[in-house]
Amino acid sequence: MDNIVKVTMADLKMAEPPNKIRTMGLGSCVGIILYDEKSHLCGMAHIMLPSSKLSKQGTLNRAKYADTAIEDLLLNLKKKQAPLFRLKAKMAGGAQMFTFASSSEAMRIGPRNIEAVRTELKTRNIPLISEDVGGGNGRTIEFDPKTCLLEVRTVNKEVKTI
Amino acid sequence: MKESGFSEKHLDVLKEIANIGAGHAATALSQLLNKPMDMNVPSVEFVPFEEMNDRLGEEEAVVAAAFLHVNGDAPGSLFFILPAEDATTLVQELTLNEEDTLHTPPYSDMAVSAFNEVGNILAGSYLSALTAFTDLKLYPSPPQTAVDLAMAIVSHGLIAHSEHSDYALVIDTKISEKSHVPIKGINGHFFFLPNPESFKPLLHSLGVQLDG
Repeated sequence: MDNIVKVTMADLKMAEPPNKIRTMGLGSCVGIILYDEKSHLCGMAHIMLPSSKLSKQGTLNRAKYADTAIEDLLLNLKKKQAPLFRLKAKMAGGAQMFTFASSSEAMRIGPRNIEAVRTELKTRNIPLISEDVGGGNGRTIEFDPKTCLLEVRTVNKEVKTI
Repeated sequence: MKESGFSEKHLDVLKEIANIGAGHAATALSQLLNKPMDMNVPSVEFVPFEEMNDRLGEEEAVVAAAFLHVNGDAPGSLFFILPAEDATTLVQELTLNEEDTLHTPPYSDMAVSAFNEVGNILAGSYLSALTAFTDLKLYPSPPQTAVDLAMAIVSHGLIAHSEHSDYALVIDTKISEKSHVPIKGINGHFFFLPNPESFKPLLHSLGVQLDG
């Protein structure tokens, strides 16, 4: 049986066929996948916040922020000798499940995460091939580096492949 | 978790107080449902984000959750979480209408509103007990209900923590129907996640001397 590499919240991991890579229960968080169609190398990050500048921590958990997570995905792929110019990206998540009237900026974190990922990818010239973002539902995603397809599961909805 | 300032002793005191809050909430829930309900606090601890999923039960299980903000001296998030089927049972016991479901959409307005109300009542009695013991003013916001994966829901309460740390202080309360034998019925959790800025006022109010 193929193994599934599990990426937890604020975590980043790499995968190669025959393994697949998955992250569960994305709410306002965003799952980012960078992959190379030829070498079938890929990495996934489960980010919670748009920018590492928001950190009030002593030591930075780089996988938690869109900017540093994408930087680290690139570094890890480079280490594995993936040609950086050929990398592509997919993403899913960034839902807004609650809409409190008095809500602080923190409640709007989903859309902010999505925007941050788009900007980061753009500045690094990484094409965003597909995405399933926003809305009011949580998502579980699984990427197969062999087919480069991303399966998106949403509660009470059909599985989407993007 | 040294950086948070909490020691085991602090967590024990917090657990005691939370247990009293849980007792009050259980009484309120029992009255509402007209049957004995049990609520107790199995744990008060710092849970790393990566372990959060395991704490919330079955990974792929769909839950109904009422989410409330706690405002006041020790802000945080409150989640009343039941498996979707149990939530439906609970709602139907209140509305006596089998069309009110939180299991499969479309969820009726009545089901959502009844579930919100239970969340409201639980939060109110839980927080007023905490207030009485700590002298902290704690006010719940109106609740909002979502039906989804537990992790996706609770992650909304973790955002407040995520800028500060990679763990959250989780005050877990287990809810179950009182019975001598394990029964299928209403079994769920009530989670209180105080925001990091609440750690100081909480510690202070517990009357325990801060170490260092």
